[in-house]
Amino acid sequence: MEKLEFRFPAQPATPAAGAALCGVVGSGNLEILIRPGDEADACVVSVKTSARGFGRIWEAVIAEFAARHAAGGTRIAINDMGATPAVVSLRLGQALGEYTGGVQ
Amino acid sequence: MNAPHPAGAWDTRRRGRLQRLERAAALGLARRVEAPRVGELLEAVIEPGDRVCLEGNNQKQADFLAETLADCSPERLHDLHMVQSVLALPSHVDLFERGIASKLDFSFSGPQGGRLARLVQDRQIEIGAIHTYLELFGRYFVDLTPNVCLIAAHAADAAGNLYTGPNTEDTPAIVEATAFKGGIVIAQVNELVDTLPRVDIPADWVDFYVVAPRPNYIEPLFTRDPAQITDVQVLMAMMALKGIYAEYGVKRLNHGIGFDTAAIELLLPTYATELGLKGKICTHWALNPHPTLIPAIESGCVESIHSFGSEVGMENYIAARSDVFFTGPDGSMRSNRAFSQTAGLYACDMFIGSTLQMDLAGNSSTATLGRITGFGGAPNMGSDPHGRRHASPAWLKAGREAGGPNAIRGRKLVVQMVETFREHMAPVFVEELDAWKLQESMGMELPPIMIYGDDVTHIVTEEGIANLLLCRTPEEREQAIRGVAGFTPVGMARDRQMVEELRQRGVIRRAEDLGIDSRRANRDLLAARSIKDLVRWSGGLYAPPARFRNW
Repeated sequence: MEKLEFRFPAQPATPAAGAALCGVVGSGNLEILIRPGDEADACVVSVKTSARGFGRIWEAVIAEFAARHAAGGTRIAINDMGATPAVVSLRLGQALGEYTGGVQ
Repeated sequence: MNAPHPAGAWDTRRRGRLQRLERAAALGLARRVEAPRVGELLEAVIEPGDRVCLEGNNQKQADFLAETLADCSPERLHDLHMVQSVLALPSHVDLFERGIASKLDFSFSGPQGGRLARLVQDRQIEIGAIHTYLELFGRYFVDLTPNVCLIAAHAADAAGNLYTGPNTEDTPAIVEATAFKGGIVIAQVNELVDTLPRVDIPADWVDFYVVAPRPNYIEPLFTRDPAQITDVQVLMAMMALKGIYAEYGVKRLNHGIGFDTAAIELLLPTYATELGLKGKICTHWALNPHPTLIPAIESGCVESIHSFGSEVGMENYIAARSDVFFTGPDGSMRSNRAFSQTAGLYACDMFIGSTLQMDLAGNSSTATLGRITGFGGAPNMGSDPHGRRHASPAWLKAGREAGGPNAIRGRKLVVQMVETFREHMAPVFVEELDAWKLQESMGMELPPIMIYGDDVTHIVTEEGIANLLLCRTPEEREQAIRGVAGFTPVGMARDRQMVEELRQRGVIRRAEDLGIDSRRANRDLLAARSIKDLVRWSGGLYAPPARFRNW
């Protein structure tokens, strides 16, 4: 188990729900919970992952997510069981879509 | 033997053939041979140095003849040159380990790829070339004509006529080349019947047949369980349908055998139909009878399918859908690999498949270190045929994107669909293919590249679609590939500004550029989510092999 923390600047999100949960904790998959954060123009992410040593790729995936989406003002918790970057990006997009009601 | 003609003699092959047949007759072997005497037959009619075609298809295997040949005496039979499309069985490789065969020209080795690589390194085998199917069949009629072929059929009648069943596959091409150039044709059959359902190979092309002790092995190679399709594959399938199939109006096509394209097949009745694409795309196919295409057929999306081979469990379904499949008067399918590969090359507007590695020029290969697997039909169908002369909207649009509005020819759409990482985080996008190291270690004349980069028109990944037709320089092409290579080292080394410019020009398109809401990228969008769903769609006609049944 490895714990990682990231904070990236991002355009403020417009929440439509109090929180959004996406994905499941299963092999090759992950669970993402998005809740309101403390800073309107930052996306704060904490990752718990079963796969050690991929910190650089996590950082790149989350930086890209924050740059491409209005994901500011959020606190995102991720429980990962070895998902590929493709799955992580897809689930982040899906979770944010749920959180904002489709407005990204 | 394949010696040059002695002066004045022009029928050495015919006379050689008669001598071989006399040797068999001297042993009391008639046209119908009993299984325990097949070894004697092979040692009597095959000569050292012969070119032998042992029918190994993608699916149907002349397994009894293969094992019997492998058990022959290497003192009697040695230095055989095997010319066969697929090395699928352990016995195929045993031939080389036991010193019976020494040279190989082939197309695909699948599960024997590792053993084959070791034989090459130990210099126990000489590989002529790794061909695509049509190329190898072509050489059967030019410079690799078999002296003897060992084939598999479903049934024979007393006269020796053969019924090949739904899995005709390579048999017609092999027999035609052998029987009409002074060769010997030997068939194994599952059963002897009074009247065949139909005659696929006439008796006077067949010299010997044997009822094998057990039915020939058939590999269910094209069954993909929908339960294993992931949400990411659904997303990629949505992008391919909207960004390529709909854009070009692709009606005639071939699909690879992976889960990526199975996802597309399962979105035809749902997502594609919702987009109004029914009847506008995917109506005519060169394709094996994929069970995952059943929902699209049942929904009226598909008009016609010609197949290379059959698929285990699909027999009754195919017989009941003769408007769609090519079937005989008896109802069973007639497949033909040579004709279907021709259809895939010249009559289809698109090939879409997957790969294990792709470099920055778009070259792709499934050959990785320590394995010589070959590629089967992909290099043929995944190439732009410069001999094509008939137009279609998809072919013209692709040609004009590449060559401008006055282009004098169209282009085949050749699409590679991959997730950027394979299992164990192995990146698909690489600076250099393993194929180059393989070439060096195996002493081959060419690197084993499956699809050449200059034939590839589109790359689909979870990050988007790269349209290589619209790239104007090698640098643009490289950045277009990096721009969909995700978080692989190759993708992370992209020139961000150039990739953004390519996106503005529509060379790279992301899911959001295509108006795709990623929240819909969910397995719920698949028309079938399990093998059992496929059985239900077929009205109980599809009978999946036991290994795919979990109910």
